[in-house]
Amino acid sequence: MTFLRLENLTKRFDGTTAVDRLSLTIERGEMLALLGPSGSGKTTTLRLLAGFETPDQGRVIVEGEDVTRVEPVARRFGMVFQHYALFPHLDVGENLAFGLESLGVGGEELQRRVARALALVDLAGFERRRIGQLSGGQQQRVALARALAPEPRVLLLDEPLSNLDPSLRERTRREIRDLIRRVGITTVLVTHEQDEAFDLGDRVAVLRNGRLEQVGTPEDLYAAPVNEFVAEFVGRSSSIGVVVLGPGDRGLRISAEGAEWDLTDTAETPPGTALMVVRPEALRLMAPVPGALSGTVTQRRFIGASSLFTIVTDGGATLEVTGPPRSVSAGERVSIMPSRRAGGGIHLFSRPASDA
Amino acid sequence: MRNRRVELVGGLFLLLLLWLIVYPLLLVLIEGFSGPNGWTVDFVRLFLEQPNEFRALWGSLWISVVSVLLAGLIGIPLAFLFARYDFPGRGVLGWLVALPAVLPPLVGVIAFLFLYGESGFVSLIIQRLFGLAEAPWTLQGAGAILLVHAYSMYVYFYLFTRAGLASLDASVLEAAASLGAGRWRTLRRVVLPLLYPGLGGAALLTFMTSLASFSAPYIFGGGFRVMTTQIVATRLNGDNELAMIETVSLTLVALIALWMLRGPRARDNAAGGRKGTAPVRVRVRRRGVRLALGLVGWSLAVVLLLPHLTLLLVSFVPVGTWTTEPLPPAYTWRNYLTLLEDPVRARPLFNSLWLAAASTVAAVGLALAAGLLTVRRRVRGRGLIEGLLALPWAVPGTVFAIALATAFSVQSPLTGRFVLVGTLWILPLAYLIRNLPITSRAILAGFRGLDPSLDEAAATLGAGRWRTLRRVTLPLLRPALLAGASLAFVTAFGDFVTSIMLYTYDTRPISLEILSSLRQSDVGVAAAYGVVLMAVSAAVFALGADQGSSG
Repeated sequence: MTFLRLENLTKRFDGTTAVDRLSLTIERGEMLALLGPSGSGKTTTLRLLAGFETPDQGRVIVEGEDVTRVEPVARRFGMVFQHYALFPHLDVGENLAFGLESLGVGGEELQRRVARALALVDLAGFERRRIGQLSGGQQQRVALARALAPEPRVLLLDEPLSNLDPSLRERTRREIRDLIRRVGITTVLVTHEQDEAFDLGDRVAVLRNGRLEQVGTPEDLYAAPVNEFVAEFVGRSSSIGVVVLGPGDRGLRISAEGAEWDLTDTAETPPGTALMVVRPEALRLMAPVPGALSGTVTQRRFIGASSLFTIVTDGGATLEVTGPPRSVSAGERVSIMPSRRAGGGIHLFSRPASDA
Repeated sequence: MRNRRVELVGGLFLLLLLWLIVYPLLLVLIEGFSGPNGWTVDFVRLFLEQPNEFRALWGSLWISVVSVLLAGLIGIPLAFLFARYDFPGRGVLGWLVALPAVLPPLVGVIAFLFLYGESGFVSLIIQRLFGLAEAPWTLQGAGAILLVHAYSMYVYFYLFTRAGLASLDASVLEAAASLGAGRWRTLRRVVLPLLYPGLGGAALLTFMTSLASFSAPYIFGGGFRVMTTQIVATRLNGDNELAMIETVSLTLVALIALWMLRGPRARDNAAGGRKGTAPVRVRVRRRGVRLALGLVGWSLAVVLLLPHLTLLLVSFVPVGTWTTEPLPPAYTWRNYLTLLEDPVRARPLFNSLWLAAASTVAAVGLALAAGLLTVRRRVRGRGLIEGLLALPWAVPGTVFAIALATAFSVQSPLTGRFVLVGTLWILPLAYLIRNLPITSRAILAGFRGLDPSLDEAAATLGAGRWRTLRRVTLPLLRPALLAGASLAFVTAFGDFVTSIMLYTYDTRPISLEILSSLRQSDVGVAAAYGVVLMAVSAAVFALGADQGSSG
């Protein structure tokens, strides 16, 4: 059943619409990631959920209760802030006790629950440490423990990993995911990192200019983006203008700079100009062939098992293609073909001829 | 709903500030331009026709300009010396150099009187040494005023320059060197431009302080008048309306100076945010140079400390025992006991304490309210509120004293005027208004330094407004509150310029007791009071600075 519902939320600041008729539903115990570039409205959405902002329209409903106008104080939503917002003048234990004291918990019960919350984030015995003595990762865990200690209904995370060293991020990400799964709390998190969203979110909501572009599991978003924004924002991709010709011998026939390809796994698209968004692994490189889509390699980046090649086509488009590490080098001419196992890696989005 | 209430409170706060700060100044303007038959410019004509008036205004101006130059010439090289070179005693000396700051203006002036006045130690010693018939100089006129100003105001340049140098990123200097710039070119093209905002701030501060300076011209001026002393003299003559026009002229000069000298804001300065490491101090190795630097440093320290030591020494001199000897012949604790035991003489100490405490509490309260309203709730008109809070800084104390004396000498509740002159309340009110700029500056800066998400965190943890204020905001603001309160207390505690125009016998503060002791040639008690002012100021400063840095 739906636990948390955002209904038609709209928030305007001085004439610009930060969040535009946003509706989302979140199941009990689910983790939803709000993903988008800066200015997409994801942080405003989180602040509307927390109650720091009041929407101009729409409602926030938790367990059937309309909390749109409920003050943050009374909402019982826990939040982990981007810069943690730990109280620097209180020690770790006092920080954790802060929310419990609001609930009237005191005495031994208080100490017990503080200790339990600290144990949850693997910081047992840290009660009397000062905030300034903690490392970035420890501060992050204290912030998480502080938010969870009063047992809130919903947990909100604002860019939870952006403040950590890149080397710490992946490990911390796993820890957060495991912890939240263990606690089983309904969670909404905001991030502009696709990796983070895919790793932490059961479902990911992609936002742009305050609007929801698409919501779904990471697999859905990657395999079936609804538009070019989602396709380009989620996962690595490059794009080229093409003309859709119609059904061909082995799939949908298109023409890219005069070269004709038949695409097997690509959704039906009406004939006409279109933008083709391709994952690098959906293309392959070969020795120059007359009549094929051809161009010059401008860059090679080694990424482990394979290399990522940047090719500028003769028509001026820039495409990224993965291939064996040393197959070609910069300056060489190559032709590009769809990979035999392109999977769902090639997407077509119709475009009126005028702006193609 | 709630927001409307906050806006209402903000509006009321704005009205309160307008009533306290702008209204009295406006009344001065009105009185200066109104005669028995309505509006008139007679007093402006009177002002313009009297050469004395222009001379006083011109005196204020050039004294202030020269004070800035002198203070800069002393303060800037000194700051470079302490920031760049390491030599024996650097630590202690660096601390001593800021000592003039703990001398309230009047106390510094009387210390100079005891030292360099006609019967001061230094004058008498020189007179004896050379067998002169009379004192080698008279401590009178513009020169004397400038001497005191240079002594007390170079500290601004010293502190601002040191702060600027400390925030310089060493890599900027290294970059200049790697680009082939020599020491002078680096100084001229890199270091000084980065210091400009700080130097501009110091110049403005010195100019305004000097323009408003009252104690030195009052005691040492003699026939030489500046506008502040001119206003008081005119007022004592009973030429009330002329005093109003003089007040208006001084205010105008102050506001024009403020407008002309307002430099680039510190936040635009790349050197403001410290990112790299500060340049390393050069350790002076050559023995001769080390010795010379040490010698210069320590003689400087003696010169700087002499006023304080003099005051201390004179405070032990019994009444009427010190006449022509270079050093007093007898010493006693009597003067301090008098302060404690004689209820009449002890009264000013008690008065100054409660007046300063009351005005400090009020100033901190108002500044706190201003911070909550402007930084936190961002009420409408917050820019105006901040401007009003800063305004008294630009207006000389004499002007405010006249303005308050004008506004609050009439009982007319409907026009917002009450008789406060002659009551207990006028002095705390005057101190409060004079202290609002420094106190609110410190506290608003504290508010700006608070991460707003701390409040939001408290809210998501279920803490209401009061609990958040008590448990989160106030504890975190403690350094700013203490800094603001200590500045306010010290200024109010040593105030002379507003007190002399507004005090009553029952509220006479220490500064006026010093003046009257001096007039009765009771130098010992005057000095003892000076020492009390100095000690309390130093202690409160130290408390504010200590708590401020550790909090």
